[in-house]
Amino acid sequence: MSTNGKGYIVGAFEHPTRKADNTSVAQLHAEVAYGALQDAGLSKDDVDGFFCTGAAPGLGPLNMADYLGLTKLKHLDSTDMGGCSYVMHVGHAVEAIALGKCNIALITLAGRPRAEAMATGTAPRSWGVNVPDDPFEIVYGRTVANAYAMCAMRHMHEYGTTSEQLAWIKVAASHHAQHNPHAMLPKVVTVEDVVNSPMVSDPLHRLDCCVISDGGGALIVTSPEIAKSLKRPLVKVKGHGEATKNQNAGYTDLTYSGAVWSGPRAFEEAGVTPKDIQYASIYDSFTITVLIQLEDLGFCKKGEGGKFVADGNLISGVGKLPFNTDGGGLCNNHPANRGGMTKVIEAVRQLRHEAHPKVQVPGCTLALAHGTGGLLGTRHGSATVILERE
Amino acid sequence: MATMAFNRALPEIKTDPTNQPFFDGARAGKLLIGKCNDTGKFFWYPRGCSPFTLSNNIELVEAKGTGSIYTFTVMRTKEPYCVAYVELDEGIRVFTNIVDCDLDSLKIGQKVKLVFKPTQGDGPPAFMFTPA
Repeated sequence: MSTNGKGYIVGAFEHPTRKADNTSVAQLHAEVAYGALQDAGLSKDDVDGFFCTGAAPGLGPLNMADYLGLTKLKHLDSTDMGGCSYVMHVGHAVEAIALGKCNIALITLAGRPRAEAMATGTAPRSWGVNVPDDPFEIVYGRTVANAYAMCAMRHMHEYGTTSEQLAWIKVAASHHAQHNPHAMLPKVVTVEDVVNSPMVSDPLHRLDCCVISDGGGALIVTSPEIAKSLKRPLVKVKGHGEATKNQNAGYTDLTYSGAVWSGPRAFEEAGVTPKDIQYASIYDSFTITVLIQLEDLGFCKKGEGGKFVADGNLISGVGKLPFNTDGGGLCNNHPANRGGMTKVIEAVRQLRHEAHPKVQVPGCTLALAHGTGGLLGTRHGSATVILERE
Repeated sequence: MATMAFNRALPEIKTDPTNQPFFDGARAGKLLIGKCNDTGKFFWYPRGCSPFTLSNNIELVEAKGTGSIYTFTVMRTKEPYCVAYVELDEGIRVFTNIVDCDLDSLKIGQKVKLVFKPTQGDGPPAFMFTPA
């Protein structure tokens, strides 16, 4: 059974805060939920499906469902695969709607890592207790930054990718961020600015890394019938794919990501190819994350990502594949250290033709949103959705 | 410019009954790796089942302790350190640190050999590598 066209995104809201000193994570969830429902023209008691992750306070969705006063829930899902979870949730929501398990699904994300002064990328941390790989990795100072840096180092070794090519990804994001009044880094940067910024973990410089921000976002997914009764432009979920990539029992290869599986699954269900995509939201925890995922999704051949991203090819109005037109995680925000939500939100804006006029892709009707969660250099989840304006 | 590896304080390794034999090996100066007796293949990291067949028909065998750098990075923190995957001569890639060397001189493909470094508390030492 295909779920192509069985669900529509009718509500999307991104919290404008980037530093939330005077509120709580639960309240941020409430504000993004309210924002997305307002955007859809729905109210709290219309929601009968609720999706969040382990990053939400409490036991799965339980404590947030209580805080938000969601009393009509028939379907609950707290799938947690790190930053790509919210891309997965869109796919799972469509599945649940297609099976009649719920009609109106709310997906929320919120967090305050910046207010909490969390060393997101440079301090060793575990994902929990009793994690079997921890005794073999934490002692070595495994961090988010060095786990991605090792992928970049190997990619450079095998394919000749350069720091200047990676820098172009940040340059493109900054060209978009200049038009976003909420972006944390709205200043346009050059390739030289990136490669001359301090080294964090060779070969990734400070400007190869995403920002650390507070905030969040929410989405509303519903059935075709309900979507057509609402007043917002119709954004159909055409395809969804997900995967995990393991360390592969010691036979690990760091040159590719789980997008080699989640991407084709989504394209097959949608019945389209990478050439058809007019706008792409690509998870950008680091510049190398974007480059490897673009290759794996089929936007260029493996090893040719460096050439593909260079010379402004990702800049809206300039290049062939406009990406992350909100400025992405690299320049705009990365709420709760999880970028999948904002990837879907900006794709929805593009399809509604509500992106900033300076970055709006003219006549955008087909978009992709893709995320990675966990660590590219050890084990990670991967999720892709393909969305179409009807 | 040279950046000498810093002998940073290593956190205590928390073991569990499943991986205890591996860490007992480390205390005896041995790097043990998993071997699946259903398939004859080595695996990493050590665990209580074969990641190829899920059976418990496995054993730990001693690695030679030599290999080459598959990839690495130098964390440019106040006390710089090198995180790497070393491909053992047995063919598996292990997550580790490269120590006791100039971190700016390291190259992918470089030959390395096994060393052990003490961790804090009463825990087992951590296996690492240094240029051969």
